[in-house]
Parts: sequence; C-alpha cells; structure tokens
Amino acid sequence: MAESKVATDGPGVPAGREVPDGPELPPGAQESARAEQADPGEGPEVDLFRPRAQAEERWFDDEAGPVVRLYSMTGGRTRPVEEGLFDLISLITAARPGPDSGGVPAHGLTPEHQAILTWCRHEPLSVAELGSFTDLPVSVVRVLLGDLYDADLISVTRPVPLAELPDERLLRDVINGLRAL
Amino acid sequence: MDSVRSDHTPATRGGAAEPRWRGGPAAAVKILVAGGFGAGKTTLVGSVSEIRPLRTEEELSEQGRPVDDTSGVETKRTTTVAMDFGRIDLQPGLALYLFGTPGQDRFWFVWDELARGALGAVVIADTRRLADCFPSVDFFERRGIPFVVAVNCFDGAERFEVEEVRDALDLDPGIPVLLCDARLREDGKEVLVALVEHAAAGRHRAATARA
Repeated sequence: MAESKVATDGPGVPAGREVPDGPELPPGAQESARAEQADPGEGPEVDLFRPRAQAEERWFDDEAGPVVRLYSMTGGRTRPVEEGLFDLISLITAARPGPDSGGVPAHGLTPEHQAILTWCRHEPLSVAELGSFTDLPVSVVRVLLGDLYDADLISVTRPVPLAELPDERLLRDVINGLRAL
Repeated sequence: MDSVRSDHTPATRGGAAEPRWRGGPAAAVKILVAGGFGAGKTTLVGSVSEIRPLRTEEELSEQGRPVDDTSGVETKRTTTVAMDFGRIDLQPGLALYLFGTPGQDRFWFVWDELARGALGAVVIADTRRLADCFPSVDFFERRGIPFVVAVNCFDGAERFEVEEVRDALDLDPGIPVLLCDARLREDGKEVLVALVEHAAAGRHRAATARA
C-alpha cells in the first residue's frame, strides 16, 4: 500500500507519524509495524511507544477526521461507540447490499470492514462468528462494527435480556430444540 | 475486494457447515461451558455443535493485572484470550451459542462479559482433579447464574457417585449433577437440557415467589 497519511495533531503535539494503510498485515503484525514507524529524526517530543494513550485522545479529536481510517485497522481504538451493543451473541446484518455490489461507496471502508459486511449480507451472524470467520480478534471486530453501525451499514439485534422475558416460552423452545437435535 | 484475504471470503464459510435453516437466527441465547483445564469443555462443545476458535485481545483490566505490575507504567498491556464456541440452530430463527470459558484465572474479566445475559452454565468436573472446578462453581454461585455440574467420566478414572461429587463440591441440593461422557452427543444434549430445565425451574420459582 503506497498510501499513507501524516496525521496532524492537536495543540502542543508535534507532527504525528506516517502510518501505512496496512490491511494486508495480519492483526498481530500491526503492532510491530506501528512500532517501526518511530523516526529518530522527528525529535524527542514524539515517543511512538508511549503515545498510545495520547493517540486515543488525539484520534478521537474531531480535527483528526478521516486520518483515523488510515492509521490502522482500528486507529488505536479499543472500544466501540456503545458499550454492550456488540455482545458476543448480538446478531449483525448488513443493512444494504455490500460495497462490491455497487450500492455503497467503498472508499473509507477497509477490507476488514468489507469482509464483515460480506459475511453478514445474506443472513445475520453473531459477533462471535464474525470474529471467527474473519480471523480477527473480537475486540477489533467490535471497533469495526462500531464504524459500520455509525455509517448505517449494519443493523444489530441485541440478545434478549433474560430478565425481561415475559414468559418461559423461549426456554421451552430451547429445550425442545435441544431434544430434537 | 481483491485485497481481502481468501479466508475472509464467505464463499467457503471458513469450512463451516451450512446452517440448518435459511434466513439465519433472529434471536440468540448463550450457555457457558466452564471447568478446569482438560476437563472436557472443548469436547462437550464439539460433541453437540461445530466448534470454532475465537480470540479477543483485551487490555489487561484491574482483575487481569498481576498485582505487582503496571502502576505508573504508561504503556497499555493487552493480552490475547482464546476460547471455543459453537452454534446450534435450535429452530428457525433461534440459535444457541455455546462458549467454552478460557481456563486461566487471569481471564476472569472475560468471564464477566461472557456470563452477562447467559442462560446458564455447565461446569464440567473431572473427578481426577475435582478441585479444578471450584472456581467455576464459585463464580456462577456468586452471580446467581443457573448452572449444572457435569461429571465427565473419563476412561480409567475412578467412578464417583453423584452424591459424592455433590458433597465434595459443597453444592446446594438444588444444583443438578450429572454423569456424562463429554464425547457423546447424546450426553451433551442431556446435560444442556438439564441445564435449561434447571434455569426454567429457577425462573418459575422466582416468578411464583413474586406473585
């Protein structure tokens, strides 16, 4: 990937780093790739190992804008927008035809985003399955799902809160389903 | 899409079996399968469903941190947690997911998330190392999550009576204890049915008590 961006940062923080848009890297390699971006010529203020905490503040800054997309698979983010939205058994469905069917512009979506959309285009899949099928850590999948959710590209069915079940019909259905296996 | 790795491509479904019904689930429930290392968690999940690997990378939370570590250290520590899960299509629109809990104590924080909203849990006991399932029993008792104990009868292991296991684990008389061979699908089904019936009975009692 030749494409790379230099992030501009908030006040007091000098120019950021060049980061490859690296979806071809396996998730485990992202970390080391990021570490390798340390450029000794950048001056002492930028410690590229330390700023992960700082980076979050910066990337969440409105001014950071779309640079986040190119930073890495999740831009250093570890939590999606809304806690609890993406339970392991929350069911995800692509809201519209996927990017390669022409309905949605593909720019801004990483291959990982697109892979998730493709997986759940035809029928709902759980967050756990999306993690397993895409071979990505669930924590990463959740962040990516948060992006897709914000862009209205997926719909989410949260698991039924068991405490709020009106009757025991669901449990009966589970028992009968198990017996019939 | 050309840059997407081939193992991302749904055409192969990662080798997964086709779902039993078209349309996918509209509702999902989950059951946890817990127990000590080597007790048979993966075996049980695999006997009733197609098992899949799952991993997550979590920042080490307070609970996950070694006590002597990280204060004042700026870098975040992440750890990879691997577990198994399986899906059973129970009826059109309803899927049951089974999650094998990660074994090590330092992954308790993952258990909390797994347990949230769970229908219940199966604690697998290996009679050769019965103490290994104490932490699991304790975890579910404290959180009021319905559970059953499934004693995995390994070949060559000393046979225990159900009541001996119950006594050894100091279980409430209401907690079902079953003997099973985790390799057998029928046994796995039976254990799961017992759990859901136990959970249903608990809900029924709670509802009656409120009325």
